[in-house]
Amino acid sequence: MEMINIKIDGLDVSVPKSATILQAARQLQIEIPTLCYMKGLNEVGSCRICVVEVEGWRGLHPACVTKVSEGLSVKTSSSTVRESRKNILELIMANHDRECLSCPRNQNCELQKLCNEMGVEAVPYEKRADRGTIDKSSYIVRDPGKCVLCGRCAAVCSDIQNVGVINYAHRGAHTSVTTPYGDSLSEHSCINCGQCIKICPVGALQERDDTGKVWNAVEDNELHVVVQTAPAVRVALGEEFGMQPGTDVEGKMVTALKRLGFDRVFDTNFSADLTIMEEGTELLNRLNNGGRLPLITSCSPGWIKFCEHNYHDFIDNLSSCKSPQQMFGAVAKSYYAHKAGIDAKKVFVVSVMPCTAKKFEADREELKVDGLRDVDAVITTRELAKMIKQSGIQFAELPDSGFDSLMGVSTGAGAIFGNTGGVMEAALRTVADLLTAKDLNDIEYTSVRGMEGIREANVVINGMDLRVAVVNGTANASKLLDKIRSGEAAYHFIEVMACPGGCVNGGGQPIIMDKSAAEEVKRMRIEGIYGIDRDRELRKSHKNPEIKEMYEEYMDNPGSHKAHQLLHTHYVKR
Amino acid sequence: MQSAKVLSARFGAIKPDSVEEYVAAGGYEGLKKAVGMQPEDIIEEIKKANLFGRGGAAYPTGIKWEQAYAIKKGPKYMVCNADEGEPGTFKDKHILAEDPLELIEGMTIGAFIMGSNEGYIYIRGEYAAIQRTVKSAIENAKKAGYLGENILGTGLDFDIKVISGAGAYVCGENTALVESIEGKTGRPRQKPPYIKNCGLYMMPTILNNVETYSCIPWIVKEGGDSFSSMGTEFSGGTKLMCLSGNVANRGVYEVPFGTTLRELIYDMGGGIPDGRKLKFVHLGGSSGACFPESLLDTAICYNTLKKSGLSLGSGAVLVVDDSHCAVDYAKIVMEFFEEESCGKCTPCREGNQRLVELLERLTTGKGTLDDIERLKSLSQTMKTTSFCGLGQSAPTAVITLLKYFEEEFKAHAAGQCENGKCNMHGKGAE
Repeated sequence: MEMINIKIDGLDVSVPKSATILQAARQLQIEIPTLCYMKGLNEVGSCRICVVEVEGWRGLHPACVTKVSEGLSVKTSSSTVRESRKNILELIMANHDRECLSCPRNQNCELQKLCNEMGVEAVPYEKRADRGTIDKSSYIVRDPGKCVLCGRCAAVCSDIQNVGVINYAHRGAHTSVTTPYGDSLSEHSCINCGQCIKICPVGALQERDDTGKVWNAVEDNELHVVVQTAPAVRVALGEEFGMQPGTDVEGKMVTALKRLGFDRVFDTNFSADLTIMEEGTELLNRLNNGGRLPLITSCSPGWIKFCEHNYHDFIDNLSSCKSPQQMFGAVAKSYYAHKAGIDAKKVFVVSVMPCTAKKFEADREELKVDGLRDVDAVITTRELAKMIKQSGIQFAELPDSGFDSLMGVSTGAGAIFGNTGGVMEAALRTVADLLTAKDLNDIEYTSVRGMEGIREANVVINGMDLRVAVVNGTANASKLLDKIRSGEAAYHFIEVMACPGGCVNGGGQPIIMDKSAAEEVKRMRIEGIYGIDRDRELRKSHKNPEIKEMYEEYMDNPGSHKAHQLLHTHYVKR
Repeated sequence: MQSAKVLSARFGAIKPDSVEEYVAAGGYEGLKKAVGMQPEDIIEEIKKANLFGRGGAAYPTGIKWEQAYAIKKGPKYMVCNADEGEPGTFKDKHILAEDPLELIEGMTIGAFIMGSNEGYIYIRGEYAAIQRTVKSAIENAKKAGYLGENILGTGLDFDIKVISGAGAYVCGENTALVESIEGKTGRPRQKPPYIKNCGLYMMPTILNNVETYSCIPWIVKEGGDSFSSMGTEFSGGTKLMCLSGNVANRGVYEVPFGTTLRELIYDMGGGIPDGRKLKFVHLGGSSGACFPESLLDTAICYNTLKKSGLSLGSGAVLVVDDSHCAVDYAKIVMEFFEEESCGKCTPCREGNQRLVELLERLTTGKGTLDDIERLKSLSQTMKTTSFCGLGQSAPTAVITLLKYFEEEFKAHAAGQCENGKCNMHGKGAE
């Protein structure tokens, strides 16, 4: 690699020829502030916060997109640079709704941090640009008055998700980031994945707040409120309380939920095991009976909506299985209500999800049994943290508790649903045992693990050669489906998760302030989940005793008529 | 002062889209000569001509073409910037309306050098009637064998399309212009890569102003030295100057480089009418500098002007008499940029709004000395940190008016407008 020698703030550094000034400075532990910059995604140089002085060059230059060249001498914090950055921040602040104290991103806001660091004390301007009013009509709440026009959300929506439902509109002072015709996101092909929320530096994008609905239910004596927690929540929730990403806080989380007043605390990992029973059976049926292949997983509601909008021809490939969240709701209001002797109408199901699309999923008309919604309220990991904070619970100090029985036991296979590749691996563990009629020991399918957007593998089970693929991020799903359409690729089984990295990096997970650490945080959460799997005595869904009990007592076999009534669904062309 | 006719010789003398009349008046002799020359030799003539880009950036055209010629990948595109959005600029309009074949010939010579098959003339949307004239001239040139397939038997195929702008000032910026031709929102691209390497459809692109291309036929025909000798040692040839504002004879004047601004305004333009005195000149369009009478003897020459901290820009000379208020004038200029910023980068999108706000405070008697300091600081930030030339040059008028008329700004902060243009709580205006 060709190296270039430059000087930054008087320090010599040797960097690759392709490096930017920003990257070179980081090598020297000099942090140049950025706002619009997102490595590999939004390298547009438009906010101008990162400007630096380069000796002999006219004007200041954005460190994020300016490449190094031999002998460059850069000043990253001269008085001119500092004055310019402060002026630019004042400009951004002037058109930003400064409701910091009541903003959900208070103390977790990149703009606030920058203003603190750059010494912005007052905003000397008055006039306001009209960028539109807050839109709460969808699962993703947009507040254009807080938008700083960095374009990061638009980049993630277009390039990572291939959805492209938000982008710049108008010119100059009238510039805004908005939807087509300023419509509600619900009227368009938004998949509610929430990746825009995670990448927004300020509070311009948020999930719909459902904590009020949950508080009301918990305090309603007429209702029996049960809560389920998704696999990925427990490895990220701790971050909201200063703990390391990937720390498994399952025990504390259960204690906190009990203290918050939920009548029963159950586990989505349980219904993830249930999903494997149904989906594994479906896969075997399709393989053995000439069914439509590839079978494509249906756990990720963002992916489902994406498919319904953009890939109608693959709707019949989608597994008819409801997602673990919805399966849980359906059995909570039937099996559990029956066993506990509670009127199903009185059972109120709350989900804690790493996901914003789960809010949409819970509202789908198809996802009802006998007129009862499977799930009544969905809150994100962030919203749960907020409720815990509101209650004054000292989360980090909490003792551990276990999930309630009946729907609280889970296997390692259920746990790994939170990672990209996890549903595939969990399914393979069960399918392999069923096909060989053995209790196989070799259960770690490392070929489907990893963080790459598209992973392919050949798995040989009992002489059967299964061609599988794992995809995360819907732009990657597009690439793969396009290849299948054109005949370039063919598979038996595909797992798709809408979010890059899977549910651990879902749109409802804690915001990672330091975006340069985002990949590492994702990796730590993934590792946390595999740790849970390794530590489980039971690591195959069909070994889950509570699942076995439920089938025996209530639903006969996987794929039975009753199971279909409760646990399967259909999709619509959008 | 001499009268020189390089570009305007045929203005009004021929039917603009008639190839016959154009040829009868000496047209296409440049192209005919060029096709018998080596591309390197033509470029050498252009270099000798000391021709600088007439759009405002004043990049040496010969060097630009030499660099573009050396790029080995293709296809190469010839693009003409006829967006002419700079307020007070209406020179390209005259070339397009009165002698468009001069431009077409210049582009064709360029295409011959570069081996380009496709050209685009990006004409501002407001010039709708002129677009028809240019299209008709292109059609006629094709019929006569000066455009289209196998031009003059050289084997060169070259066609030109007219593209209409949609009213955005920023599309005069080269990269925003090519984005617009590609059908995208007119917003500037990060440079490098430069247009010459990665321009239209990310291919090598030769992009020049109307006036620049229009100089080429004459240079090829008469030789670079002849062109150069008309101007100063540094700036070759002639320049179309647009005289407007408080001056008796407004219009476009073709002057050789070396002519002074005083000669242009007083001798050719007839001076300031109504017994008024000159207050300042706004040179090069809204993005140019404002300066007082004391600099009027500066010669029109890129180098001489630069030494005085000025830039010729597009060649717009807006004369402002002493009935006007410097602060009010600055506000009007900034309102233009507030509207015309593309919105991509913070300093330009937000800064222009705020300069207007600060100036509005001063023109309504609400301003303070702090606001004047803020004007200076913000203008400087915009100039040094904006993404493209638009934002970098937008505050030039404010910066230069503050330099030459700071007392007047301070008077406004004290509630006084000596010209009575500003309504300071009833003071002054009454």
